[in-house]
Amino acid sequence: MTMFRRRGGECVARFTPQEAQVLRQVVAELAALLNEADRDDPAVERLFPDVYPEDPAEQEEFRRFTEDDLKAAKLDQASTVLSDLLDGGGEVRLAEEKADLWLRALTDVRLALGTRLGITDDTDLVAELDAAVGRNPSSPLVGQLTVYAFLTELQESLVGALMD
Amino acid sequence: MVGMAAPQTVPVETPDVTEVPDADRVWVTIVWNDPVNLMSYVTWVFQKLFGYSKEKAEKLMLDVHHKGKAIVSSGARERMEYDATRLHGYGLWATVDQP
Repeated sequence: MTMFRRRGGECVARFTPQEAQVLRQVVAELAALLNEADRDDPAVERLFPDVYPEDPAEQEEFRRFTEDDLKAAKLDQASTVLSDLLDGGGEVRLAEEKADLWLRALTDVRLALGTRLGITDDTDLVAELDAAVGRNPSSPLVGQLTVYAFLTELQESLVGALMD
Repeated sequence: MVGMAAPQTVPVETPDVTEVPDADRVWVTIVWNDPVNLMSYVTWVFQKLFGYSKEKAEKLMLDVHHKGKAIVSSGARERMEYDATRLHGYGLWATVDQP
């Protein structure tokens, strides 16, 4: 699996075409989710948490003033990944500012996917994946769990490379 | 656009010295545990956004992880709202409260 490494002042990774395709797809799906902004979707709820969960009036007021900017920032992060990562894969070199945007985008994708998959603190991803493969190796669930695990490793490597 | 109205003097409010009014009580930004965000990432975000040392950022991250939440900043309400919004930009689950 592709991982980020520190090289000079940059975080560098070389993506296979398949990895690039998967990553571009989930980031594009995130952008669609952000654009639809369906408030009843738990994934959207997680991406835009309430600042005042116990005060709906204050919350509404706060949301009115901040949500557009937050949404624009999240879309900007997503499009950064899509423009840095070519369809056919290849080397990606991220200076600190770009690495920051990638980390945020990877976080948003993992939050959305993690919500869909019902990930909890007790989730054992390897066991879940084994069980899902046992039931049906070609099920969408196997694909989603694999992508989630890939994104987790990728993000962990990028944080590590950045703090190196 | 700013209009051409004459400059106004804003009256200075005199705080009640006998008790601390609600508006003057300190506000806090709370980060809540979630099952998705990586411990390393949360530590990095605390360092980056608040300028905390690695030790302090790690301690806060562990508080979030083990106790379910941690106060990551405190001060004026507007500042806490700003902090919470920045944390949301990084995908952390933050709320603002006046304990």
